[in-house]
Amino acid sequence: MKRTIRMIAAILIVGAIAFWAATGANRGWTKTRIPRKTVDEVTGLEGIQWQKKFVPGVDFLGAALLGAGVLTGISFFVPAKPK
Amino acid sequence: MKTKLTILAFIALTGTALAVPQTFDFKDPKGINNAAFKLDAPLEAINGSASSISGTATFDPENPGATKGKIIVATASLMLPNPMQKQHMLSDKWLDAAKFAEITFESKELKNVQTAGDTTTADATGTFTLKGVSKEITAPVKLTYLKDKLGQRVPNQKGDLLVIRANFTIKRSDFNIMPGQFEDKVSDTIEITLSLAGASPK
Repeated sequence: MKRTIRMIAAILIVGAIAFWAATGANRGWTKTRIPRKTVDEVTGLEGIQWQKKFVPGVDFLGAALLGAGVLTGISFFVPAKPK
Repeated sequence: MKTKLTILAFIALTGTALAVPQTFDFKDPKGINNAAFKLDAPLEAINGSASSISGTATFDPENPGATKGKIIVATASLMLPNPMQKQHMLSDKWLDAAKFAEITFESKELKNVQTAGDTTTADATGTFTLKGVSKEITAPVKLTYLKDKLGQRVPNQKGDLLVIRANFTIKRSDFNIMPGQFEDKVSDTIEITLSLAGASPK
């Protein structure tokens, strides 16, 4: 049990880092919408359209690290399997 | 000869007297009009925009310096990429969007007017109202008059377009938005960029 919890914690950290890196390694805050700029051909004005997209940021990494830390902490209180 | 000159002078005077300023409506059916804003912050700058914009301006192509108008931004339409930041921004502690539903700028006078062709640059002085606080500000503006171009933008409509671009800064502390607080996390200065097109159908 102790080992399983620690493995879950490790998977959580590795998975979060892999997901963060795969989605652009955003070093800012997590975003759920991103601006897309469009140019109006007649006026030349630059419009901003907001598109739904999840982009994890450093707070996402922090939450994953915290979650893994909590799981690891819990694992210390789990009694070892009797031999 | 004298009679012809008198007639010409009469036509010119009548023409001047009949030059009526056009009214341009800034409710944009294409949804391009926006007010972008930026605040510096330690991790990354906070960049957002507002899309729900309305208002009118009176503009006379023969006298651009007499342009006046009012632009209204719906506070609830302010958007940020981070949902928690957006929630905080619209809450009663920051913009209080529920109580102060509109952000407005009413231009009363243009100074330093310079016109070249269809483009006029000037300093617009007027009243900026945010979170119920009104302050007189001066913002550099660029007006571009696009005669008979409305049909290219909105099918089956004839008329003119007026494009307004403006960049200016305000201080949130001037408008009672958390004055003196969290300045290490969110700058006091807010950079605002207006990109607007108004229509005057014929």
